[in-house]
Amino acid sequence: MDLKDLYQEIILDHGKNPRNLGKFENFNKDAKGHNPLCGDKVHVYLKVDENKKISDIKFEGHGCAISMASASIMTELMKDKDQKEVNELIEDFLKMIKDNPDLKSNLINEDDKTKLMSLSGVKKYPMRVKCATLPWHTLISAMTNKPGEVNTEKDD
Amino acid sequence: MNIKDIKKEFPIFDNKVHNNDLVYLDSANSSQKPKVVVDRIYDFYTKEFSNVGRSVHYLAVAATNLYENTRVLVQKYINAKDPNEIVFTKGATEAINLVANTFGQKYLKEGDEILITELEHHSNYVPWHYLRKSKGVKINFADVDENGDISIESIEKKITPKTKILAITHLSNVTGAILPIKEIIQLAHSKNIPVLVDGCQGAPHLKLDMQDLDCDFYAISCHKMYGPTGLGVLYAKKKWLEELPPYQGGGGMIGEVKKEGITFGDLPNKYEAGTMATAQVIAFGESINFINKLGIEKIEEHERELTKYGEEILRKNNSVKLIGSPKNKGSVLSFTLDGVHPHDIATILDEDGVAIRAGHHCCQILHEKLGLAATARASLGVYNTKDDLDQLNSSINKCIKIFNS
Ligand SMILES: Cc1ncc(COP(=O)(O)O)c(C=O)c1O
Repeated sequence: MDLKDLYQEIILDHGKNPRNLGKFENFNKDAKGHNPLCGDKVHVYLKVDENKKISDIKFEGHGCAISMASASIMTELMKDKDQKEVNELIEDFLKMIKDNPDLKSNLINEDDKTKLMSLSGVKKYPMRVKCATLPWHTLISAMTNKPGEVNTEKDD
Repeated sequence: MNIKDIKKEFPIFDNKVHNNDLVYLDSANSSQKPKVVVDRIYDFYTKEFSNVGRSVHYLAVAATNLYENTRVLVQKYINAKDPNEIVFTKGATEAINLVANTFGQKYLKEGDEILITELEHHSNYVPWHYLRKSKGVKINFADVDENGDISIESIEKKITPKTKILAITHLSNVTGAILPIKEIIQLAHSKNIPVLVDGCQGAPHLKLDMQDLDCDFYAISCHKMYGPTGLGVLYAKKKWLEELPPYQGGGGMIGEVKKEGITFGDLPNKYEAGTMATAQVIAFGESINFINKLGIEKIEEHERELTKYGEEILRKNNSVKLIGSPKNKGSVLSFTLDGVHPHDIATILDEDGVAIRAGHHCCQILHEKLGLAATARASLGVYNTKDDLDQLNSSINKCIKIFNS
């Protein structure tokens, strides 16, 4: 194991200075996520326009560097993506964290890929995988208007 | 005490963690096991195994004697009056559930109040919570102060004519506060309120004397006392065990069973329904022998010195914020680091073989009061040394370096 794989510069940067942190007035979808084992919390806010495109996305929350960086990178990536694209990206990311060695979606340019792959370090730290995936599960919940809070110990 | 020799009695320290020596600082969560305890489990299963209290054959009689022998060892360890005041449970959690359930059933009614504190582990809150629903009782919380301490006054303030029981920790598993429980018990008794002490962190580290403390109930987790998992002890004054109803029903706890009705067995069987954790009970006898051989006073002294040393070096480290500076502090060093989340601390420390815990440590009420979602916690056992704490400090510095580079 190598800590440098886990705490890459991109992670430390996004962890310390998360992008899109906060809330905005006219969101029309939102969802909360919670990891009861460690207390990490995330609240994702979305503005989805009439074309089902995410025109704005922000998040509030607190947690470890991995979860904050994951939420930060996710919100950057999702802006201006439509529902179909959002689904494809989430699926691709979650598969990469679970099994796939790489990302497969054509929607991702090299820059985004580098950012997303910086989270792949958690694969070697099974206890930390949920830190990386919590914001993504919460985004799914917001997009699908699922009632209740995402709970890492109940959903997988 | 020669700690190097003591460490050798714990086989776990023969192993490497990520190619490093193990620096185990998570004993408040669960302690490591000396070889005598592990061997005792093996020997019992390979040479002496039988169920307890049910057959007359040779092995059954021998096993029953071994099992009851541990009860007497526990009785002496905590200076209870009578071995029948010792009930084996699956853990401290079950011990507290037993009391909450049976005491609630028999004595509590709508409007009654239970007093606990903001320091309590979920195990000493959630079992009482059920009585809110089933009985309509109210739960009050004595305030923790800015040092992470509970004063006698803060308890007194929350006692009302409706307070029917006080449930309180002996030693906080987050701030390390050792509460003045003897005085608190005196206060409660002066108002006719019985007291349950959550002794999970008290029993492994402090000399205990039930008759001197005069508490009504004391809950112990054996796995935190160099003993096996799946085992706890409830100490209860005999009059309570006689008066309260049984907790669970089953074999072994009955007197006479007829189609029309059932009578219950004598103490302690009344509270030990079904086949118990026999091997664990017998092995736990060796944990107590192990502690007695070293001397609990010596262990206390060693851990007090280590705690002081740990506090000193962590206070000197400007990035570290220690959580809780109670008057009387035992074996727990909780802390946060500027700009590094406790979970990241735990992962980075683990790489160096340093095992700590990060999170809310099953004390969400306290963490909310502290305004923290999580803390990092290093906690001590008899096998720890100043070197372990130096390693902790240097691994903490590594976290800071990673996060501030
Ligand atoms: C203060 C305190 N009370 C109760 C418990 C619960 O003990 P167990 O889980 O062994 O029943 C613990 C252990 O984490 C504890 O530290």
